[in-house]
Amino acid sequence: MSKLSEVFKHKSNNVLNVYCTAGYPQLDSTLQIIKTLQDNGADIIELGMPYSDPLADGPVIQASSLVALDNGMTIAKLLEQLKNALSSDKRAAIILMGYMNPVLQYGFEKFCADAAAVGVDGLILPDLPEYEYETEYGAIIKKYGLDFIFLVTPETSEERVRKLDSLSSGFLYAVSSSSTTGNEKDFNAVEQYLKRLQSYNLQNPIMVGFGIKDKETFSTACKYANGAIIGTAYIKALEGVADVESATKNFLDSILK
Amino acid sequence: MKSDLIEVAQEAGFQNPNEQGYYGSFGGAYIPEMLQRNVAELKESYLKIMAEESFQQEFQQLLRDYVGRPTPLFYAERLSEELGSNIYLKREDLCHTGAHKINNTIGQILLARRLGKTRIIAETGAGQHGVATATVCALKGMECIVYMGEKDIERQAPNVARMKLLGAKVVPALSGSKTLKDATNEAIRDWINNPIDTHYIIGSVVGPHPYPDLVARFQSVISQEIRTQLLEKTGSENPTHVVACVGGGSNAAGAFYHYLDELSVKLVAVEAAGHGVNSGMSAATTQLGKSGVLHGSKSLVMQTEDGQVVEPHSISAGLDYPGIGPLHANLFKSGRGTFLSATDDEALEAAFHISKIEGIIPALETAHAFAALPRMNLTPKDVVVVCLSGRGDKDLATYMKAMGL
Repeated sequence: MSKLSEVFKHKSNNVLNVYCTAGYPQLDSTLQIIKTLQDNGADIIELGMPYSDPLADGPVIQASSLVALDNGMTIAKLLEQLKNALSSDKRAAIILMGYMNPVLQYGFEKFCADAAAVGVDGLILPDLPEYEYETEYGAIIKKYGLDFIFLVTPETSEERVRKLDSLSSGFLYAVSSSSTTGNEKDFNAVEQYLKRLQSYNLQNPIMVGFGIKDKETFSTACKYANGAIIGTAYIKALEGVADVESATKNFLDSILK
Repeated sequence: MKSDLIEVAQEAGFQNPNEQGYYGSFGGAYIPEMLQRNVAELKESYLKIMAEESFQQEFQQLLRDYVGRPTPLFYAERLSEELGSNIYLKREDLCHTGAHKINNTIGQILLARRLGKTRIIAETGAGQHGVATATVCALKGMECIVYMGEKDIERQAPNVARMKLLGAKVVPALSGSKTLKDATNEAIRDWINNPIDTHYIIGSVVGPHPYPDLVARFQSVISQEIRTQLLEKTGSENPTHVVACVGGGSNAAGAFYHYLDELSVKLVAVEAAGHGVNSGMSAATTQLGKSGVLHGSKSLVMQTEDGQVVEPHSISAGLDYPGIGPLHANLFKSGRGTFLSATDDEALEAAFHISKIEGIIPALETAHAFAALPRMNLTPKDVVVVCLSGRGDKDLATYMKAMGL
C-alpha cells in the first residue's frame, strides 16, 4: 500500500496537506520544514519544485519560487537533500509538485526513478495533460510506484471528473475555484461544488486546495472532503522569518488548535 | 516525382496539427486543469465557426474594408538588381495598425463574439499585438485588457499610449523578468481566474492547441494572396523562396502557410541572433533551444540545464521570445524549413539600407529577414518573396539612436 493510501486509511477526515516551495525561504530550509510540519500535525507535505514560469500559481507562490531559484534550488539539489531524510516510518507522505519543463530536462524517467528512490510518494504536475499521461508518462510513473494526482475544478464536467479520478491514485485534488493559487473567494460558493464531488462517490479521497488559509476555511473544506491543502497562507507565514521552526509550529497551531 | 514528394509531405502534414495538436513531436496542450474548459471550448468550436459563411463574410469584409487587404506584392527593383535575383515584398506593413498582427486579432475577435465572450485579454511585447487587439476591441465595443511587461511598458511608451487611446487597459506584468514571457504568464493567469466571460487573444502561433493552428489559419491570408498575386506577375503561383522573420512565428506561419506542403518552395525563417548566437545575448531559439514545454505547448525553448526558461535578447522586442511556435519547431527538426539568423547590428544595417534603396522603412523585426538575403546565394532564376511584416515607425527611437540623432 502506498504511503498516501496509508494516510487516508488511518485518517479519513481532516487530513492536512501543507505546501511549501523547496529551497524557500533558505536553500537548506527544506528538511527543517518537513520535520516541523510532520511533528506538528501535517499528514501530507507537498514540496514545490521551483520553476521560472509557474502558470497555475498565484503571485505569492511564484515569488517564493523565484527566491528558491535565486537560492540555487534545482530538482537535483532537492532530491539530494531528501536522500536519507525520508526513512522514518512515522513520517508524513511526501509529494513533489512542479511543472513539466524542468522535469523533462532532468529526464522524466530518471526523475521518477530518483524521486521514488529517496522516498517520495506521489507527484502533482499540473501541466501534464491526461492524453500525454495516458499515452506516454503514466506508465513510467506507475513503474516506479509513485502516485499521481490530477486536479479537478468547478468547471470540470462530471464525465471528466470521473476520468481524472480513474487515472489518479493517492487522492484527487479539488481546486476550490477556477483560479490561480492564493485567490480570495467566498467560500460558501464553493460548498455546493464540494457537495457535488462528494455525491459522485469517487474512488480516490478528495483534498481541497486553493483558498484554504485558516482554521475556518480548513474546517469548512473538511466538512465536504477528506482534507485540505494549504499553500499560499503558509508561504506568507514564512516570509522574512528567521526562525522557520517556530513560524511553522505557530502556523500549524493556528489551523489545528 | 515531385508530386509524389508533395503527397508524402501532405500526409505527414506540415500544415495541420493532428487531433491532439501536434506538429510532428511538437505542440499539444500542456495546460493546468483550470484552463481546460476554455481551451476545450475553443478546440471544439474554432474550425466549425471559421467555416460558417457568416463568419467568413464578416472576416473577409473587415480584412478588405478595415485592414486594407489585399496588401500589395511589390517587385523591389533596386534590391533585386543588387542581389542579382527577383525580390518581391509582401507589404503587410501597409495593414491598418502597421503590421500583420491585425489579421489574427480581427479573426479572433469575431470568434470571441460567436463564443459569447464579452471580455478580451492579450499579451504584448513591443506593443504591436496589443495595439492590434485594442483596435479590434474598440471596433467591436469589447472590454480590452493588455498585459505587458513592466520593462516593455517603459521602453515602448508610444504603443502604450496608443493602446490607452484605443480604450484598452494596460496592466504591467510585474513577475519574473517583466517582459513578454511574463506578460504571457499573466494573461494566462487572468484567463484561469476568469473562465466564463473572457477570451484570450494570443498574438502568435504559440500556446496550447488549438492556438497555433488558429493563429496560423488567420494569418494564412498572407500566403493565399501571395499565390494569386505571384501568378499574375510571374505566371506561377510558386516562388522559389519565401523569407520571413521568426520570433513566435506568426508572420512566417502566414507567409509559409499555403506553401508548407509545396516542397519546391524553400521556406526561410530568420531568427534574431541579438549580439551573436553564442554571445549569451540572443533570441535564436532553434539554435539555442531544447525541446521543452512553455506557455502550454511542447516546442523548442531557450532554457538552462535545469529547465528554467531564460530571458532572450534581441534589439527587436517582437522577436525577443524564448520559444517558437510548434509548427516552426517541426519545420526546423524535419529540415523542411531553413533557419538563419541575423544580429542586432545586421538588422539595423538592413533597415537603413532598405529604407534608402526602396523607400520603405521596415520594422526592426522585418529587417532581420532582409539581413539574411545576401547570405542566401540567390540567382537570377530565383523568385523570392519576403514578408514585410511591419513598418518601422514604432522603431524610430531605436533607429535615431543608432544614427546618432
